[in-house]
Amino acid sequence: MDIEQEAQRPSTEDVPARQRPPVIEPGHTFASVTDKISAIVLTRGLRWGWVIGFGAAFLLTMALLFSIAYLVAVGIGIWGVNVPVGWGFAIVNFVWWIGIGHAGTLISAILLLLRQSWRNSINRFAEAMTLFAVACAGLYPILHLGRPWLAYWLFPYPNTMSLWPQFRSPLIWDVFAVSTYATISLLFWYVGLIPDLATLRDRAEHRFAKSFYGILAMGWRGSARHWEQYEMASLLLAGLATPLVVSVHTVVSFDFAISIIPGWHATVFPPYFVAGAIYSGFAMVMTLAIPLRKMYGLEDFITLRHLQNMAKIMLATGLIVAYGYMIETFMAWYSANEYERFMIWNRMTGPYRPFYWSLMLCNVVTPQLLWLGKVRSSVPALFVIAIIVNIGMWLERFVIVITSLHRDFLPSSWGMYWPTIWDWSTFIGTIGLFLALLFLFIRFLPMISIFEMRLLLPGADAKEKP
Amino acid sequence: MTSKNNEDLDLKAIRARLEKARGRHYWRSLEELAATEGFEDWLHREFPRQASEWPEGEAGDAGRRQFLKLMGASLALAGLSACTRQPTELIVPYVRPAEEIIPGKPLFFATAMPLSGVATGLLVESHMGRPTKVEGNALHPASLGATDVYTQASPLGLWDPDRSQAITHLGEIGSWANLQGALSQSLSTQQARQGAGLRILTESFTSPTMTGQMEEILALFPAAKWVQYEPAGFGMQREGSRAAFGEPVNTYYSLENANVILALDSDFLCLGPAGIRYARQFANRRVVRGPKAEMNRLYSVESSYTITGAKADHRLPVRASEVEGIARSLNEALDGQAPSGPHAGWIAALARDLQANRGASVVIPGTWQSAAVHAIAHQINQKLGNTGRTVFHTDPIESGDSSEAGLRELTAEMEAGQVEVLAIAGVNPVYTAPADLNFAQRLNRVPLRIHLSLYQDETSALCHWHIPQSHYLESWSDARAFDGTVTIMQPLIEPLFGGRSAHEFLAAFTAQPQRSGYDIVRGYWQKRRPQNFEMWWRRALHDGVVEGTALPAKAASPRAPASAASPAPAAEGMEVVFRPDPSVYDGRFANNGWLQELPKPIDKLTWGNAALIGAGTAQRLNLQNEDLVSLHYKGRTVTAPVWIQPGHANESVTVHLGYGRERAGRVGSGVGFNAYALRTSDAPWMGTGLEIRKLPGKFPLAITQQHHNLEGRHIVQSATLQEYRENPDFAHEGVHNPPPELSLYPPFTYDSYAWGMAIDMTACTGCNACVVACHSENNIPVVGKQGVLMGREMHWLRIDTYHEGHLDNPHTHFQPMLCQHCEMAPCEVVCPVAATTHSAEGLNEMTYNRCVGTRYCSNNCPYKVRRFNFFNYADYAEVQRLGMNPDVTIRTRGVMEKCTYCVQRINEARIEAKREDRRIRDGDIETACQTACPARAIVFGDINDPNSRVSQLKKNELNYGVLAELNTRPRTTYLAELKNPNPEIEKA
Amino acid sequence: MTKKPIYGLMAEFESPAALVEAARKTTQAGYRNFDAYSPYPIEELHEAMEHRRGYLPLIVLIGGIVGGLSGYLLQYWVSVINYPLNIGGRPLHSMPAFIPVTFEMTILAAGIAAVLGMLAVNGLPMPYHPVFNVPRFALASRSRFFLCIESADPRFEHHETARFLESLAPREVSEVAH
Repeated sequence: MDIEQEAQRPSTEDVPARQRPPVIEPGHTFASVTDKISAIVLTRGLRWGWVIGFGAAFLLTMALLFSIAYLVAVGIGIWGVNVPVGWGFAIVNFVWWIGIGHAGTLISAILLLLRQSWRNSINRFAEAMTLFAVACAGLYPILHLGRPWLAYWLFPYPNTMSLWPQFRSPLIWDVFAVSTYATISLLFWYVGLIPDLATLRDRAEHRFAKSFYGILAMGWRGSARHWEQYEMASLLLAGLATPLVVSVHTVVSFDFAISIIPGWHATVFPPYFVAGAIYSGFAMVMTLAIPLRKMYGLEDFITLRHLQNMAKIMLATGLIVAYGYMIETFMAWYSANEYERFMIWNRMTGPYRPFYWSLMLCNVVTPQLLWLGKVRSSVPALFVIAIIVNIGMWLERFVIVITSLHRDFLPSSWGMYWPTIWDWSTFIGTIGLFLALLFLFIRFLPMISIFEMRLLLPGADAKEKP
Repeated sequence: MTSKNNEDLDLKAIRARLEKARGRHYWRSLEELAATEGFEDWLHREFPRQASEWPEGEAGDAGRRQFLKLMGASLALAGLSACTRQPTELIVPYVRPAEEIIPGKPLFFATAMPLSGVATGLLVESHMGRPTKVEGNALHPASLGATDVYTQASPLGLWDPDRSQAITHLGEIGSWANLQGALSQSLSTQQARQGAGLRILTESFTSPTMTGQMEEILALFPAAKWVQYEPAGFGMQREGSRAAFGEPVNTYYSLENANVILALDSDFLCLGPAGIRYARQFANRRVVRGPKAEMNRLYSVESSYTITGAKADHRLPVRASEVEGIARSLNEALDGQAPSGPHAGWIAALARDLQANRGASVVIPGTWQSAAVHAIAHQINQKLGNTGRTVFHTDPIESGDSSEAGLRELTAEMEAGQVEVLAIAGVNPVYTAPADLNFAQRLNRVPLRIHLSLYQDETSALCHWHIPQSHYLESWSDARAFDGTVTIMQPLIEPLFGGRSAHEFLAAFTAQPQRSGYDIVRGYWQKRRPQNFEMWWRRALHDGVVEGTALPAKAASPRAPASAASPAPAAEGMEVVFRPDPSVYDGRFANNGWLQELPKPIDKLTWGNAALIGAGTAQRLNLQNEDLVSLHYKGRTVTAPVWIQPGHANESVTVHLGYGRERAGRVGSGVGFNAYALRTSDAPWMGTGLEIRKLPGKFPLAITQQHHNLEGRHIVQSATLQEYRENPDFAHEGVHNPPPELSLYPPFTYDSYAWGMAIDMTACTGCNACVVACHSENNIPVVGKQGVLMGREMHWLRIDTYHEGHLDNPHTHFQPMLCQHCEMAPCEVVCPVAATTHSAEGLNEMTYNRCVGTRYCSNNCPYKVRRFNFFNYADYAEVQRLGMNPDVTIRTRGVMEKCTYCVQRINEARIEAKREDRRIRDGDIETACQTACPARAIVFGDINDPNSRVSQLKKNELNYGVLAELNTRPRTTYLAELKNPNPEIEKA
Repeated sequence: MTKKPIYGLMAEFESPAALVEAARKTTQAGYRNFDAYSPYPIEELHEAMEHRRGYLPLIVLIGGIVGGLSGYLLQYWVSVINYPLNIGGRPLHSMPAFIPVTFEMTILAAGIAAVLGMLAVNGLPMPYHPVFNVPRFALASRSRFFLCIESADPRFEHHETARFLESLAPREVSEVAH
């Protein structure tokens, strides 16, 4: 109909060639942006790629369910944990996932406060990724309990025996931090979705789709009053979420820092955990964004500019993490504490040294390539580096959890830890769950914030005369 | 032959079916292990560590129900419906008469446990007629109130569902009447021939009653023979004393008066009939309070590292076959000849030290050393005037020779077809007989074979008749201690599975075949104590000792052994040394889970044995730990894993007996390798000419402590007596000990009681008695080999062993490690559900019901003394549940547990004190480990009471806290270990 | 008051600037009960329509304070009054250890207050609204800009208002049925 034709394109050819790539490719209008993004959900049908991807992820999720069932039926002993290594894969993966879950809120909150408009095209699925990562992370602390069915005892609920949680335990702080983080991220994400849900409501042909999105949109009609309150709310949420993001991984780091185990008991943990979280978070966003933009032809919206900015953030946080490793080693020497010194020495030369050194390779050496503009502007290179960093961050958690525990104070109690097939199946299972949720998300919700993309368009400025 | 094979096959089939029927179970998982841990399996398994869950893997509810059915059946069979009955005869409790049974209040009965026939006096705790725990009997000379691992573990043997539960004839269930029928026929024919074809084979025994029965039977059948065989018996001692004195003599020592002790390949602190007593006496002379005090000195010459060697101030590792040479040159050195050879200096110094302590020294020959060594030892002791002061001789306590000679004769007769009726009581010769006698196939030439034993074992399988034997806690008997003191053993419970004691079994060969054990024992003594017998009898039962039965010391002067002139040349080639196992002894305890999982004192090896070799030999043969080797010796071969034992003599291999059982039960079958298969009757304890061939592959050994190196950490504080005198405060140097007020927190005050413990590492011999006692007292589950391999053993109390010094002869320190009950407990702070908290008396308490199992507390425990139920380990068989300590909760899956300072005993004492309206007195509470400890190394009490023994010890300058620098303020502290080396040798 | 025959009159514009301009004029013309609709937030509209700042920040502040207080008090009551326990020799009132939970509770309550507050102030969820009766209003969530003067406005008079709207050079003016 006529609306389509009069999408006449304001010329944006005056962008010089040598400038850094734009956050949105020229030639788009409100209409074209809206149509292109909403089409992924509304008009395009099932794609084979999606079906296969989702199918695979779904199978892995089933593997996860099976592993959980067996775990609950038989006991935690099916994992490799023992004394002295009471925490194994479960906690490693928990911290890894939580870390990944930091990018989303960070992008949408902190970058919003910093008025980084380039974030607009990636924050939506980054937030989704956050939610799913937190969901995966949240599984582990429950599953790793000796009696998982009693996990609710960690929440303060009134009971006849007036038994309460023990609020000095970092694990309780975890419960509050992670559940708060999950709640706030969900709200933030949903609030962000409302205007786009309205768009989908207004553009959906199918009755079911119309009512589905209609209900979710809650009658949003984009009036000036709405927008005013809406903007205010998002700003406030961003202001709240920012310290929250920082607090969550700080609290997670307390799980270790509060203890007395050499290699855990370190004051550097909070900052270096937070940096590590952002590091791994952006690595994961990159890992997902690169294939996604290709699959759905979104190069116009997720441009090289975004990838480059994320690469720079990775470089920066990577350096902070490297500094963390350095300080750990330095303090071990400087403290003149025989246990601390042995701990570092054991990491470097002990039975788990391959993990330590490959961690250094992945997290410290590899990201240095990002200093080179060439590397930053080569999509495949970025993709590979992002994946390496993901692995590196997993190794970091393995080194922290296992090599600190397996040789602590009394040599008589030293032992080794090796994961069993059930450790692996659970880990891979959560990756499946994560991907499955992600596939559902990109199929049923706009993976890019449409209304925020509109803001980026040249015609969006109200000051210029019509 | 063929008939035998068929029978064998049937039995196997039945057995297989039975074992299949069991569902997931405590036993099941162990059985799984026994079945699947064959090394074949291991070589083919790719990820051993991932196998852990499979045992529980095929958990079938059907299987479980099936199991319970079977178990129910077996119990019904045993005439045991819901609960257990006390014997009908009057048995006399130790403290108050039996009619005073109060529910929840245990009673204690005095009895004794015979091992190799010699008694250790015990008090057995009985809950509502169910014996659950043994303690030592303070009145008994061999116990002095303490116990060892075997006595502590014996209740588990009583409640073992694998015990045989029916009289069988060719595998079919039979009855006592049938047996009597069969027996009476052949006995009547024997009667005619004076019993020429009758042979009775028993264990070595000291029981007067049994001796009486023996005489009775041999009177009935003059031509019959009574053979005794004890696989780990005292044949060498007997032979040695015969060589020295011309007659068999029983020898024991009084270490109380010994300043200098020389152990010639003797592990007197651990094994042997008076081990507990010796450990106590040794500790009494070793423990010093204050720099003035004197200390005894121990020299040890041995091949494989024993706890005696570990406690020695000077340990000389030599091959077992060289000990004799050393003994000789020492003997000569005492006569003034300068010793020669590699150890000349050592021997000279030793000789001077012995000379300087004439009459206050003692030379102890190893029970399993050659007769010559025993003879020489007798001579030396004589020379040093020790006899009558530290060394005492009496007539033999055992009723006859139980060495291999008798068995060799018997097998020869079996071969010759002269044996028509063979009655075997208690022994398991098919498994334990020396290989060269091939007892098994000769046994088949005997027309009538009857076997009495606790289990359907290897021998039962080859006998026509099998009769279940009653456990010593189920039967009336009597036995002598090392010095002859008699204990009348009273049963605590009717035989669970309707077993018969050896007395009742042998009665079948007498005129009164139906006499009960009670009548036999009582009858025997009634004859000898006619005047007011009733009083005497009650007193004897009550005390657990019959006074005045200790054998009188006899003046025996040794003559020079014939071969003294020509020292036997140490034979060439690799040497093999056979020793009873510190855990399962000669194999009779193979089905005892506590003992199987008990870490051997030095190597911390559980669930099996290994070929122990020295570091030098390992290097020469390029062998690593857990390498598989085949041992070739006198044309026989066994396959064994290697374990390198620091301090083991080179060119010598120690193998422990008692493993490789085929029919021990679901726990013990197929664990380890069978060393009996190499053992020959001419050289039962050592021999040369062994050949080791490396095989491909490794066999994982379940070790509970991989690292024995202190890494220069100040965890074990030790010094020589000299250093201590120069610097009494050495125990607090090198580490930072923060003062208690150094804390940001306001202190919690403990104003009523404050429980604490002090452990003297000078006294501790690492004998493991406390570990098993803790197992028994606290219902600690067994996790099986797989569990230990994965580092999941459940011992609340473990004994850490640290080596220091030279690889070929290191010093070894023992440190019992249990919950330290820190006042600033790191474990409590991190528990999210307040499942572990501090009591008003300073106990670190676990609330099992509240625990959700985050395992954070264990991670944060610097001592790693917390244990976690990774599976439902406490899934016991019905009959085992009867043996649990009712005062201690049984923990479920997914729950953390740890030492409680035996809180149940504390509360027991508290109730007593409240009833008598007084405070708990020092000594009212003794923890299980404390009562078991032969050396009295563990002291528990109220540290608020300045006069309590524990407070006194904590005031001692040797007292220090492990990891005190962490400011955890442990309530358990240690007294630094002192050694008293000979300065002369130190210099060298 | 008697119900008006229609909900109001709606003008459609093609550019944000036009909408802002129109909104300003409408305000100057003295209309109060009118609203502007756009596919994305336009800050200029607020001052053009002379909106006062909302009290959402206050709601969030209160939420945060309540959350934080309840968090800390819960911990204090539990560990000092209701069930005091000696945990590793630490004081019952372990103030520093109570901070993380307090903080998280503050954020949680404040965040929830922000979202619910926003919805409440905007009167969402709202199952029905008359403006959706205009077919082209569907474009309000895509590319077009609308301004609707409601009949509830005292100065609303059908022809007057229609003429006024035409004067703002909209793409078209349409009636909005109830």
